[in-house]
Amino acid sequence: MAVVTGTNWNAYDAATMSSREIYGRTLAELGKRNDKIVGITADLAQTTAIVHFAKAFPDRFYNVGIAEQNMMGIAAGLAKAGLIPFASTMAIFACMRAGEQVRTDIAYQNLPVKIIATHAGISFGHAGTTHHCTEDFAIMRAIPNMTVICPADGIETSKAVQACVDVPGPVYIRIGRGFEPPCHESDDYPFEIGKAITMRDGTDLTIICCGIAVLQAMNAAKTLQETDGLSVRVVDMHTIKPLDRDVILKAVKDTRRILTIEEHNVFGGLGDAVASVIAESGKGCVFQKHGLQDTFATIGYAEDLYSYYGLDANGIVDKVRGMMGMEFEADENWDDE
Amino acid sequence: MALQAEEKQRLQSIARELRLTVIDVMAWSGGAHVGGSLSIMDILTILYFKYLNIDPKNPKWEDRDRFILSKGHAAAGYIPVLAKRGYFPEDTLKTFNHFGSPFAMHPDCNKVIGCDASAGSLGHGLSMGVGLALGAKQLKKPWKTVCLMGDGECCEGSVWEAAMSAADFGLDNLVGIVDRNRLMIDGKTEDVMKLEPFADKWRAFGWNVLEIDGHDFDALDGALSAAWAAKGQPTLILANTVKGKGVDFMENNVVYHYASGDSALCAKAKASILKEG
Repeated sequence: MAVVTGTNWNAYDAATMSSREIYGRTLAELGKRNDKIVGITADLAQTTAIVHFAKAFPDRFYNVGIAEQNMMGIAAGLAKAGLIPFASTMAIFACMRAGEQVRTDIAYQNLPVKIIATHAGISFGHAGTTHHCTEDFAIMRAIPNMTVICPADGIETSKAVQACVDVPGPVYIRIGRGFEPPCHESDDYPFEIGKAITMRDGTDLTIICCGIAVLQAMNAAKTLQETDGLSVRVVDMHTIKPLDRDVILKAVKDTRRILTIEEHNVFGGLGDAVASVIAESGKGCVFQKHGLQDTFATIGYAEDLYSYYGLDANGIVDKVRGMMGMEFEADENWDDE
Repeated sequence: MALQAEEKQRLQSIARELRLTVIDVMAWSGGAHVGGSLSIMDILTILYFKYLNIDPKNPKWEDRDRFILSKGHAAAGYIPVLAKRGYFPEDTLKTFNHFGSPFAMHPDCNKVIGCDASAGSLGHGLSMGVGLALGAKQLKKPWKTVCLMGDGECCEGSVWEAAMSAADFGLDNLVGIVDRNRLMIDGKTEDVMKLEPFADKWRAFGWNVLEIDGHDFDALDGALSAAWAAKGQPTLILANTVKGKGVDFMENNVVYHYASGDSALCAKAKASILKEG
């Protein structure tokens, strides 16, 4: 089955491509079906892989040079003209260098600009902290009208890119460098913006995660099943906003232990979003946020950084084991503390 | 080619009435960017009452010309123009700044009928204008895009990112106008942050620059008709204006960048407008 209808590449082929390449190829295919789609970048056509669209539709592609603010403002104008612009740059520049244009020109006017941001998190670890981006969830989810998506792998990136075309307002899709292996074995699963995917069921603890953490959480869950006899549920929360509250509350009820994992500062991201849902529900559970603990990441290749910050399967196994020993207040009586 | 005398008088008369309304808005709203609203009134008048191809009965008409007030703080000048042009009743201007009003210090295009772009944060308008002009070319639409900027706002780097790209894309359907009133909040533009040689900067960025008196309807007409006929290059009309134009005690007086007015001050301002007109 083709990942994108009309193409001749399937999930097997997708496993050999980076998420970025899958994005670029998906967009090039979408461009055939919808002549309102245009592409724009700020000197990162190759790097973000939007070059696949640029090659297919050179007349519908704009490169503004190294000027991200201008790129977002122009994208807003293109959307005002009735087009559906896909704007691509690195996440750090999308959410901060051009942050006010994203907020005021795009989101405030509620324009259908699709921001596909690459090199998010610490995926470009060896580039140094100027090119890391562990703040974008916090920034983007605080902006009204903005939909925020962090796909788990290349196939999900393709599904998210396809789904975002019909969203009437702005969408922010953040991907990394995208060299990680896929966590979805096939593309034969339903994807809906705002609906989390339960990758694996479990009764002892739920891992709610996104992006590269999904595959690692799946691997950790297998290990924990085999070595510790633990039944760990894994939820792929690909949409950070709007958040799937029902899946979170069901996990609280069913497992009473929740671990969030994200390639982001633990302040303001997925973990805080999930924490708010739990706190507002009034239900008690063991809860931990796993990610960058309010620190700028050190230098290194991504896989070394994932290992160092415990975002790989081993780190997640350790985190879960630690949480199994924690007790939570099972009843509503706080007077016996 | 000069304007017909009758048309010139019509435009002058509209501009005078609109200046009087700006003073009313200053009173109704509790305070307004009156100086920069008065300086652009002749520009707005000739755009909305002669040049822009628009239909107030069909504000979202796809082929309409687009106007972006990049110096969004001059909403107290801009929104009365839309009212007078027939987008909504002039009486509704009395709600300006009040709770739940569509009209605020900076315009919101999702609330103000006829407004093509929300603005307020300076240096954003021209990029959106580039996008609209590119969109027109992409969709093979005939509309023009006009972006009116303040001179002080040209301190923002994003203006020059947009300027560079407009020329690179050959956007002859884009008209930039700079309200060169030479004052910003903290004083004279040349004292706060030098803009000169201003026209040369725009020329160096690839624009065809027309420097005119922004209160002379003949000059405005000549520049806009040239801009409308431009080929291959965007046009920048550098309109030399007087901040507070039309109210003698406000002219070139930075105190009136933003001001509120009691009934005595408003009466004095209106008397000055009527005297000058």
